[in-house]
Amino acid sequence: MRKLSYIFILMFVLMLVSSQMAWAEDVVDTGDNAWILTSSALVLLMTPGLAFFYGGMSSVKNINNMIMMVFLCMCIVSVQWVFWGYTLSFGADHGSFIGGLGAAGLHGITPDSVSGTISEYTFVAFQATFAIITVGLILGAVEGRMKFAAAMLFIPLWATACYDPVCHWVWGGGWAGNMGILDFAGGTVVHINSGAAALALVLVLGRRKSANIRPPANVPMIALGAGLLWFGWFGFNAGSELAADGRAAFAWVVTNTCTATAAFTWVVCEWIHRGKPTLLGLASGAVAGLVAITPASGFVGPLGAVQIGIMAGVGCYFACVKMKAALGYDDALDVVGVHGIGGTIGAFATGLYCTKMVMGPDGVDGFFIGWSAEGINQLGLQCIGFLATWAYAFVVTLAVAYIVKATVGLRTSEKQEDAGLDLSLHGEAGYHLESEAVGTLK
Amino acid sequence: MKKVEAIIRDEKLSAAKEALKALGVAGMTVTEVKGHGTQKGITEVYRGRQYAVDLLPKIKVEAIVDDKDVKKVTDAICEVSRTGSIGDGKIFISSVEDIIRIRTGESGEKAI
Repeated sequence: MRKLSYIFILMFVLMLVSSQMAWAEDVVDTGDNAWILTSSALVLLMTPGLAFFYGGMSSVKNINNMIMMVFLCMCIVSVQWVFWGYTLSFGADHGSFIGGLGAAGLHGITPDSVSGTISEYTFVAFQATFAIITVGLILGAVEGRMKFAAAMLFIPLWATACYDPVCHWVWGGGWAGNMGILDFAGGTVVHINSGAAALALVLVLGRRKSANIRPPANVPMIALGAGLLWFGWFGFNAGSELAADGRAAFAWVVTNTCTATAAFTWVVCEWIHRGKPTLLGLASGAVAGLVAITPASGFVGPLGAVQIGIMAGVGCYFACVKMKAALGYDDALDVVGVHGIGGTIGAFATGLYCTKMVMGPDGVDGFFIGWSAEGINQLGLQCIGFLATWAYAFVVTLAVAYIVKATVGLRTSEKQEDAGLDLSLHGEAGYHLESEAVGTLK
Repeated sequence: MKKVEAIIRDEKLSAAKEALKALGVAGMTVTEVKGHGTQKGITEVYRGRQYAVDLLPKIKVEAIVDDKDVKKVTDAICEVSRTGSIGDGKIFISSVEDIIRIRTGESGEKAI
């Protein structure tokens, strides 16, 4: 009788104790969940921020069209994500290439489902915002000449055929993550993916007439957009830790340091090269820094971040100012130069500066940290990652572009381009700043 | 009656207005215009793309004056608007057939 009551007491005590313990795999940590939900909102804000960044850079006759195409990504990809995007990216692995359709429509995921230390719905939300902005990034390249119906078809096709697989490769259990390729917040998945896609798309779309290449409509709007991007990117990078811990804070500081350095570097480059520093340059440099630190943000230290910032500032500056003119493709708003090249610089630099100091003993010391074979091996892995992404995104986007071209058509007519897409495609002017009556009520 | 149409630098507008007021010129019309004479344009640079901007912003001031006042008005405008560099502008003088004051219906020199 005594033994039995001891057992009961022991069981009771165990139950009491266990209800206070959190086994990391089973229970949602409210701090982590709150931070990642917040990060999801921050990253979603990046898409309107991007819309203004691109809108301000567009010719004033196309400003509504550019902002609308980017906002459209929120509309279309949000729904595509729920129906099949999430499951293709993060569902049960098929051939290390793509997820399955088991969670189509978010089937089987409930408010009680857990992923790591956050609610699985939080993870769904957070990842949705990445898919949304990746597609949005591409659209800067097509300013002034893409049919709106073409954009509406291109967006879901590309998200499915290009974003979801690459996301799966790196974060969803596919070959790239398994191989040890490091991409903390999306240097390959988001930036190289969209940069390579932009290049393919503009090659199919063709160049604008030189008379339609105009100065930016609204430079202060560009700065506003860049500011919103810089702000939201803290969710993008520090949120990719998927926890509200020291490494997330570390990623915050690393992100900010790299961005600040890159912006300043671009200003200096431009001052030396062109004689005058510009606000567009400062904003562009900041975005280049944000792009480059994205794959590295959870793996490198602040001093590595400074060096990555300098590389991004210089590299992306010359990519935008020299490479585009030399190669002759019409990437209107420099998606390739900033995201494609910036993402590549960042992906490579991750192999230079990643450090066990941040990653823990299971991590890797990059080549400039450890000066050893381990670093060289990691550089090799990083190269495989970015080369594979460039190749896949380029080829698949060509295919998607040709499909769109053959179905709804890709390019607007010359008359529409000359008049500007705001009036031609949307019947909606961006501004009515004159005081006299320019449009009277019918 | 003559119309004095002066195209001057942007930054000379307040000086020109003051000069006209001091002379008793009652009214004027001011428009923002773009153009050039022999003044060279400027180059704006946006991310490595250079844009030649050769239509420069200027201000056009129009005023209707009595024939006898034309010289003193143009002298005053020239004096306050001149900098000595290319781009100071030009004044055009043309005849006006008639003027009508809308409020009262008066016409001719009474309406100036």
